[in-house]
Amino acid sequence: MDTPILEMKDITKEFPGVKALSNVSFRVAENEIHCLVGENGAGKSTLMKVLSGVYPHGSYTGEILFNGVPQKFSSIRDSEKAGIAIIYQELALVAEMTVYENIFLGNEVKKGLRIDWNETIKRAGDVLKKVRLNVNPATRVKDLGVGKQQLVEIAKALSKDVKLLILDEPTAALNEDDSENLLNLLRELKQQGVTSILISHKLKEVIEIADTVTVLRDGKTISTLDAKKGEVSESILIKNMVGREINNIYPKREKKEFGEIVLEVRNWNAYNPVLGRTILRGVNFNVRRGEIVGIAGLMGSGRTELALSIFGNPIGYQIQGEIFVKNSRKHFGHPSDAIHSGVAYVTEDRKGNGLVLIQDVKQNITLANLREISNRMVVDENLEVKVANEYKSSLNIKTPTVEQIVVKLSGGNQQKVSVAKWLFVKPDVLILDEPTRGIDVGAKFEIYTIMNRLVSQGMSIIMISSELTEILGMSDRVYIVSAGRIAGELPIEEATQEKIMQMATN
Amino acid sequence: MSFIRDLQKVLRQNIREYGMFIALFLIMAIFTATTKGIFISPRNISNLLNQTGYIAVLAVGMTLVIVIRHIDLSVGFLAGFLGAIAAIALVSWHLPVFIVIPLVMGLGVIAGCITAFPVAQLGIPSFVASLAGWLIYRGAILLVTLKTGTIIISDKAFNAIGNGYIPDFPGLNFLPELHKLTLLLGLVAIVLFILNEINSRKNKMAYNFEVLSPGMFALKLIFMSVLVALITWVLAGYNGLSWTVVIVLLVVGIYHFVTTQTVLGRHIYAMGGNPEAAQLSGINVKRIIYVVFGSMGMLSALSGVLFASRLQSATTTAGTLFELDAIAAAYVGGVSAAGGIGKVTGSIIGALVMLSLTSGMNLMTIDISLQYIVRGAVLVAAVIFDVATRTSGK
Repeated sequence: MDTPILEMKDITKEFPGVKALSNVSFRVAENEIHCLVGENGAGKSTLMKVLSGVYPHGSYTGEILFNGVPQKFSSIRDSEKAGIAIIYQELALVAEMTVYENIFLGNEVKKGLRIDWNETIKRAGDVLKKVRLNVNPATRVKDLGVGKQQLVEIAKALSKDVKLLILDEPTAALNEDDSENLLNLLRELKQQGVTSILISHKLKEVIEIADTVTVLRDGKTISTLDAKKGEVSESILIKNMVGREINNIYPKREKKEFGEIVLEVRNWNAYNPVLGRTILRGVNFNVRRGEIVGIAGLMGSGRTELALSIFGNPIGYQIQGEIFVKNSRKHFGHPSDAIHSGVAYVTEDRKGNGLVLIQDVKQNITLANLREISNRMVVDENLEVKVANEYKSSLNIKTPTVEQIVVKLSGGNQQKVSVAKWLFVKPDVLILDEPTRGIDVGAKFEIYTIMNRLVSQGMSIIMISSELTEILGMSDRVYIVSAGRIAGELPIEEATQEKIMQMATN
Repeated sequence: MSFIRDLQKVLRQNIREYGMFIALFLIMAIFTATTKGIFISPRNISNLLNQTGYIAVLAVGMTLVIVIRHIDLSVGFLAGFLGAIAAIALVSWHLPVFIVIPLVMGLGVIAGCITAFPVAQLGIPSFVASLAGWLIYRGAILLVTLKTGTIIISDKAFNAIGNGYIPDFPGLNFLPELHKLTLLLGLVAIVLFILNEINSRKNKMAYNFEVLSPGMFALKLIFMSVLVALITWVLAGYNGLSWTVVIVLLVVGIYHFVTTQTVLGRHIYAMGGNPEAAQLSGINVKRIIYVVFGSMGMLSALSGVLFASRLQSATTTAGTLFELDAIAAAYVGGVSAAGGIGKVTGSIIGALVMLSLTSGMNLMTIDISLQYIVRGAVLVAAVIFDVATRTSGK
């Protein structure tokens, strides 16, 4: 057996109310490419943050051995000094600076007090050759494509004499050619003695490149598979990733009756001018009255972008395609248009763009439909309190009064306020984006119960979720999104975690 | 005993709101003591309020600008420029006052929307957009006064805005020292306030909402009534209400109503609290930017009119540093730079605090150098108090 370059033993990391990692063991042999896979929220990123010192020593329990020596990293600086470099999905480059400035940022080549720019440029050229990036080091990073920017990041890591390179979903934003390049580079680096850990959702590339694969699920190590022994295959990986039982946290709906199609989207394409790439391609889907449609897919597959582009396109994508609400063609130029047509969107990021945290419960609930409680544009504050109290009791929002500012509520109750706000616009179609992210099991059950009640009253729900069990437990029909396309549609009777994962990772 | 406990509770819950009032009272009390009562004399208070006028209206507009997380540096020289335009319209074009004032206020709205354009459409920081306006209007003042220099305004009606007082009842002989109409207006204000409070309390009780205990409610009514009565009494002792005070009260009344009671006000505060959430809630965020900057421009025009009228002339340096006084007043009055928090009434108190400091220190013949230092210290102390009570708050 090869000597391990890295050994993480019994790592446990807790956040308030959540055990993100429990007794995880992770062992990487010297000079291999080790892939780390698992569903969203399985604990991959947390584990890497523990390793790189983002979560400092003492905030977790367990032991880290690097080159056989116990390590107590208290910041990224420490882990970098030891020879570990981590490259995140969101690149940490300064777009306005040149390639050579970026490569040596924080690690400047000095001659006395001054920076030795000539030496910097020369060394940058050398390290760029190593990653096979043929650009002028004086190019500004913003003028490079995402694929090349990724290579600059790797060059930056190599310039620090890295032993262990960690890449967090490096190919998620890359096209096929760039991905292939990157994988080839990892193989070459392996020849030169650099060990890599690759986090990826794309199982094909995992199978292609991995020497060893570790699967995490729900914060635990499920298995470590050796490619040389033929243990790595798509079916085994998927089975290991999803093997969770669906328990009875999903309330049953009494009757299921679906009516006519309420919302339909046809040939929907969207281009993001900021990223400079197409994010949605030829999407078709519909939802019927009284139906919960689940939209499954991995993070970054385009689910939220799909919802936002339908809901009045606030980010400003360039869109082609047609929306029909109750069989009439609509054009939504602003979220207010969508709201007027009876479409509501509960965001996945309630703190970021859902709630006004410094305002109170009642103000948040009425914000999207103030006209309802106004007389000639003057808000009737008494009526407002009454309305808010009605939602407080019907959704069981736990707050002393509706005058409490929202930032003081728990995540689950904030989510209920978010839902209440959109119920108050009285929509026909409710889009729920990750409706139970970051809330506890009890609150989840309550949200599910509310969803069931709404559809039985004739509302239609589109539920976007990363949790497969939630998709299977709540939906009547499932669409699977992958790389901006609808990769498949399954009636709930035919849907299984394996099938969905297979479509989502294709 | 429950009365005292109620009082403590109400004070604790509203420390942020009452803090500014308490600070203002303290400052006034200190100056009254150090100037042997000259500070609180009717003549000085009347002067103080008239001097506060042109900064107060700017502070009202600036409150909303800061609430939506922006800033407008152009307002000082815009006020000076539009004051000059008003003077030219009166003196050279011989337009009557009732046309001149709406005209410059209309120009103010347009100027505000021009500042808003790059901010709303292109996402240019308002600091930069309005700094450009600062330079442009500075130049514009010099340009329009190039030939004439200071423009002397002789129109009596116009000059009365900054210097005149509301007329009194003719032929009444009782209380010869006091301004009777002012007293009457004060009384009317107290009665209206009490009726309004009782009405709103009744309304709340009809919905079964929590209301102040009867004791607390009575105390609040008495306190506010006495406060209004005192101010009225002081003002009535020296010519009565000035037109400046009437205008400021009108502006504050309208803006207070719009910000606290209307859909537009809610949209402005929601946008300040979380722009992305506001947009996803169907609020037209660009429109809000135009509305807020347009209103700021209109109030700049009003400020310019008040200032020109007070000096009875348009000068080449009118408006210098008004913007910073207005911004300071807003911050002292509890507006949060993080957005979404701040009241127009708070900013008015802030303006009064800053002007009281100037007035009081002038009376004490404290050197101008120290005055700046004291005002700077008060500004930072007020903001520290605000942040401290906010984080521990509610």
